Amino acid sequence: MSLSMYVATVARLLPGSLDGLARRVALCFTPDPTNIFAPEATPAHSIFGLSMLVLGICAGIFLVVGGLLLYVVIRFRHRRGYTVREPVQIYGSTQIEVSWTVIPILIIVVLFLATARIIFTTEMARKPADAVNVVVIGHQYWWEYHYPKLGITTANELHIPVSDPRHPQPSYLTMTSADTDHSYWVPRLAGKMDLIPNKINTMWMDPEKPGLYLGQCAQYCGVEHAKMLIRVYADTPAEFAKWVANQQKPAVQDPSVAEGRAVFMHNACMECHTISGTAAKGKFGPDLSHLASRDTFASGAVPLTEQNLRAFINNPDTYKPGVLMPAMHLNDHDLDAVTKYLMTLR
Amino acid sequence: MATQTQVAGVGYQAGAKGPGGVFLATLQDWVMTVDHKKIGIMYIVYALLFLAIAGVEALLMRIQLAVPNNHFVSPQTFNRLFTMHGTTMVFFVGMPILFGFGNYLVPLMIGARDMAFPRLNAFSFWVSAFAGFLLYFSYFAGSGLYGAGTAPDVGWFAYAPLTAKVFSPGHSTDYWTLSVLLSGVGSIGTALNIVATTLCMRCKGMKLSRLPLLVWLYFVTSCIAFIAISPLTAAQIMLIIDRYLGGHFFDTQAGGSAVLWMHFFWIFGHPEVYILVLPAFAFANEIIPVFSRKAIFGYPAMVAATVGIGFISMSVWAHHMFTVGMGPAGNTFFTLSTMIIAVPTGIKIFNWLATMWGGNIHFTTPMIFAIAFLFQFLIAGLTGVMLAASPFDWQLGSSYFVVAHFHYVLVGAILFMIFSAFYFWYPKMTGRMMSEKLGKWHFWLFIIGFHLTFDFMHIPGILGMPRRIFTYEADRGWASWNMIVSIGAFVQAIATLIFLYNLISSYFKGQIAGPDPWDAWTLEWSTNSPPPSYNFAQIPTVESRRPLWDIKHPEDPDSRYE
Amino acid sequence: MSTAVAVAHETAGEWKQPSRGIVGMFCLIAAESAIFVIFVVAYIYYTGKSLNGPTPRQVLDIPWFTSVCLLSSSITVHFAVHALQHARVRASALWLAGTILLGGIFLAGTGMEWYRLIYHDGLTISTNLFGTTFYSLVGLHASHVIVGLIMLLAALIFATMGKLGKQHAERLEVLSLYWHFVDAVWVVVFTVVYVLGR
Ligand code: HEA
Ligand code: HEA
Ligand code: HEC
Ligand code: CUA
Ligand SMILES: [Cu+2]
Repeated sequence: MSLSMYVATVARLLPGSLDGLARRVALCFTPDPTNIFAPEATPAHSIFGLSMLVLGICAGIFLVVGGLLLYVVIRFRHRRGYTVREPVQIYGSTQIEVSWTVIPILIIVVLFLATARIIFTTEMARKPADAVNVVVIGHQYWWEYHYPKLGITTANELHIPVSDPRHPQPSYLTMTSADTDHSYWVPRLAGKMDLIPNKINTMWMDPEKPGLYLGQCAQYCGVEHAKMLIRVYADTPAEFAKWVANQQKPAVQDPSVAEGRAVFMHNACMECHTISGTAAKGKFGPDLSHLASRDTFASGAVPLTEQNLRAFINNPDTYKPGVLMPAMHLNDHDLDAVTKYLMTLR
Repeated sequence: MATQTQVAGVGYQAGAKGPGGVFLATLQDWVMTVDHKKIGIMYIVYALLFLAIAGVEALLMRIQLAVPNNHFVSPQTFNRLFTMHGTTMVFFVGMPILFGFGNYLVPLMIGARDMAFPRLNAFSFWVSAFAGFLLYFSYFAGSGLYGAGTAPDVGWFAYAPLTAKVFSPGHSTDYWTLSVLLSGVGSIGTALNIVATTLCMRCKGMKLSRLPLLVWLYFVTSCIAFIAISPLTAAQIMLIIDRYLGGHFFDTQAGGSAVLWMHFFWIFGHPEVYILVLPAFAFANEIIPVFSRKAIFGYPAMVAATVGIGFISMSVWAHHMFTVGMGPAGNTFFTLSTMIIAVPTGIKIFNWLATMWGGNIHFTTPMIFAIAFLFQFLIAGLTGVMLAASPFDWQLGSSYFVVAHFHYVLVGAILFMIFSAFYFWYPKMTGRMMSEKLGKWHFWLFIIGFHLTFDFMHIPGILGMPRRIFTYEADRGWASWNMIVSIGAFVQAIATLIFLYNLISSYFKGQIAGPDPWDAWTLEWSTNSPPPSYNFAQIPTVESRRPLWDIKHPEDPDSRYE
Repeated sequence: MSTAVAVAHETAGEWKQPSRGIVGMFCLIAAESAIFVIFVVAYIYYTGKSLNGPTPRQVLDIPWFTSVCLLSSSITVHFAVHALQHARVRASALWLAGTILLGGIFLAGTGMEWYRLIYHDGLTISTNLFGTTFYSLVGLHASHVIVGLIMLLAALIFATMGKLGKQHAERLEVLSLYWHFVDAVWVVVFTVVYVLGR
């Protein structure tokens, strides 16, 4: 450890932030929703700064060596009327060979120190006391979120507060997996971090602007890996407080949909899903207590509308073939009822 | 030689009664052979077969990914496609084709009459061949007793615990482990043979310092193979124990570790990519000098750099694991070790450039493939260095940028050099030249297709597209790039078909080559094309690294300078 | 076809190169060592990580006697090679028999240990991580002992049939290299399993 600290200290002496330049380059890219070169949080920014340095150096090497190759191929091509039997044979030259060993070593040193600096500033960042803690558990094809300090459990859509640079309030994700490996990747906020069973990883993000940030699972985890999408909502402090207050309430008990609730409780639904304040305490599928407060379901794969939800419950394979929720073969009447019920869970 | 023809002759007479006689005799001749040249050619043919299969799998994936939310194949099918494509390309295309050329060329280049262990050689080939068969057999028998067959769908590095019985029921994963295990056994056998041949079968005067660079590189590759492939074998045995005997090596429910598999796999996996690329470098080491008409520049440095790559490649494996949470110390260490590889690799690139410098470069088909290799390997290496900067990898890892990086090496460097080797040594193997005209067509179409596919593949990676997804959302801005990538894949396919046509038609119609069509300098060009089964009527004696140069230029032999 | 090889050897003459057999065996040993390293690493990594018992301390006894037998068989096999090099076939056969006996005792010891572990202590390969890593590592080694014993036995049979001669000394030496390797691995396995891991 002491050695690595030393490396980090040396690394810090390198020319600091390339952010100014970096931002300008970013503007050249269209604001695609998951562009790694359009960072909106500190970890993504520092990675971006490093990326520009590395890209710059590599581009330089490419131009020099590629240019040399081009020159050699044109200059020394075989021409008609080449009369000498064979060109002069040269077997080597220690001087030249030493120089093209040493120069790359120097470049590597620069690259390495710049990289080490970002590794340490990102991974060893001090965690402020008022940081938001979220426990993230990856499941085959959906995300489970807990806010231990706030007593909230939810799924698939992550809400975190915007972090004001004057009062940084980063969010810390403590992550593990319930089954296979997954990886959490929201390119505009931070680099990815894997969720691995029996292992706890952490990452942090501090979005600068409110809004929705997209991403998706980046470690192959099974059939529906492609549809394990991530949505991170960066809320203003007021919005976030409102969201928290709502999530902390038990699930709405609307008497007008009692029939739908009964369907839910009399079928296997309750074995797999939790709805707070009811008998449904299943843990295998997402918590549905505030399902209707989300914009999407099935981990971001489907917009939440009554129609879509009905189709999903009828046969989850319509949207996610291979998903771990079985088709429950409810009749049309029950299907309508349970859908109506779920739509009231704001 | 005498024995060979006699065996064939006897077979012919015995079977002459039916029309199948000649065929059966030939078949028997090939199946029973222990001749390194025949085994080499069998390796190559077998690899080409799998190249076509895995290439078609790639095409199917590209059709699926051409447009967002496509339903061309099901998610399950897609996952099988990339698993089979990756596994096939690495284990049943890359390895056998390289061993094929190695088998063919190493004894010829060191003036030997066969490999050190001819029977082991045949055994290794048949084991590898059986392994490939086993992998594809899983399409028919993969799900065991229930239902139709399936192929493995765990990805070519098969991360635990996805391979556990709970997540991968049926037998498809078993076929995968067994097949990879067997292919590893075959590879170790051949590697052992190459090392023993290099050390013990050299002709008189062929000191280690005079070995053709190709042989040196094959020697180093084989040494890496012992240390790198065995961990894979061990890991596969553990996986088999888990799946069949109820062991817990990678069973996360019983306290087993998923990360341990990653370490074991990449301790194999990273050196493996150098096992694949060093033979490609080896071809370049022979082909670039011949068509630049110059001796290789800096022979000792080339050898040292190769050995250096061999050693360093053992200490970089966890750069495939920058996102598993190794902590800052681990990430820093593996960043450094990975970046250092650029130094010996750079030495090679510069030495090749220096070899061409001041030369008289002939743009024959093998040479233009080699030049394209230099250009593409440069880019591929530089994207590798970007990935090695671990924070950058936190963004780029597991994205299409990685897929672009490694295809740039595997296709842009290795496959290009393999094509180059085909055009270069085909005359030696068959006695006929390949068509230069078709060769140029092949080259230009393939390079256009290659760049369409793999240049543009970097961009969706930067735009956040993960790999191994069977489809993607329309609003991410990935669609147009993917369309270009898919079009490029089809251009590559057309080029490959031209190549295959060239390969076959030149066998019957190609111009007669003669022993030394390229005016080259190493020993294989001193014997007939194709060489007789005993290779050399008289075992040669050498005095320098370029024995044929010495013969052609008695006034100025190489031996004066070494 | 093998005649071609022989020709190559004839021309070798004063131009000296290492023996194929020994180079090949060293390659094999390199590859096998790498396999063992991985199993040993897995064993060390999982020591003390089992979620349930039995633990190594509860069930493992240190196999001093059989280990000494196995290690001494390295010496006997060395003498067997030495004797054959000097064309003393009978002596060589006796030393070979001794080696096989010692190896056999070791193997029997392992067999008894496993029997006790399985039927008395209820430890199988699927009991816990300890069981998994223990049986695979020790079993991998034992399988190498078995292969070695089979080959030694073959050599002994050839010797009793009078088909073993001085000209085979190099082959026997290659075999003895393998046997030394198997012994050396046992030193590592012994240390890891019975000393460090307990
Ligand atoms: C033959 C194949 C091959 C080769 C040769 C390489 C070469 C390199 N690779 Fe690549 N790589 C793969 C095949 C290969 N790779 C594959 C298959 C994968 C993905 C596997 C999977 O996940 O499925 C992969 C993935 C991969 C990753 C992991 C990405 C991820 O999954 O997150 C990384 C990260 O560091 C990496 C880095 C490198 C580096 C630094 C080199 C270096 O060796 C490159 C060195 C070369 C140069 C740098 C150019 C020449 C040098 C100069 C001109 C000198 C001057 C240069 C400098 C000073 C920088 N590779
Ligand atoms: C040597 C190795 C090698 C080679 C040469 C290739 C070649 C190609 N690869 Fe492959 N690829 C890998 C190794 C290789 N690949 C690996 C290791 C992976 C990772 C797998 C994993 O994630 O597990 C991968 C993954 C991979 C993916 C990512 C899948 C995913 O993550 O979802 C893609 C997607 O485009 C792809 C495409 C291609 C294409 C278009 C080619 C083209 O260059 C192919 C060109 C060749 C052809 C098109 C064949 C033409 C032949 C014919 C047309 C003959 C027809 C004959 C008859 C009909 C008889 N590959
Ligand atoms: C075998 C367990 C199981 C049963 C039974 C089950 N579900 Fe699910 N359910 C899941 C899983 C797993 C998911 C996550 C799917 C995904 O996105 O990958 C899910 C997802 C959902 C979602 C979307 C949640 C979200 O936030 O994305 C809804 C709504 C839902 N189930 C409703 C129901 C209803 C209604 C029933 C009963 C008729 C039911 N489920 C029965 C396991 C189950
Ligand atoms: Cu979860 Cu991929
Ligand atoms: Cu690597």
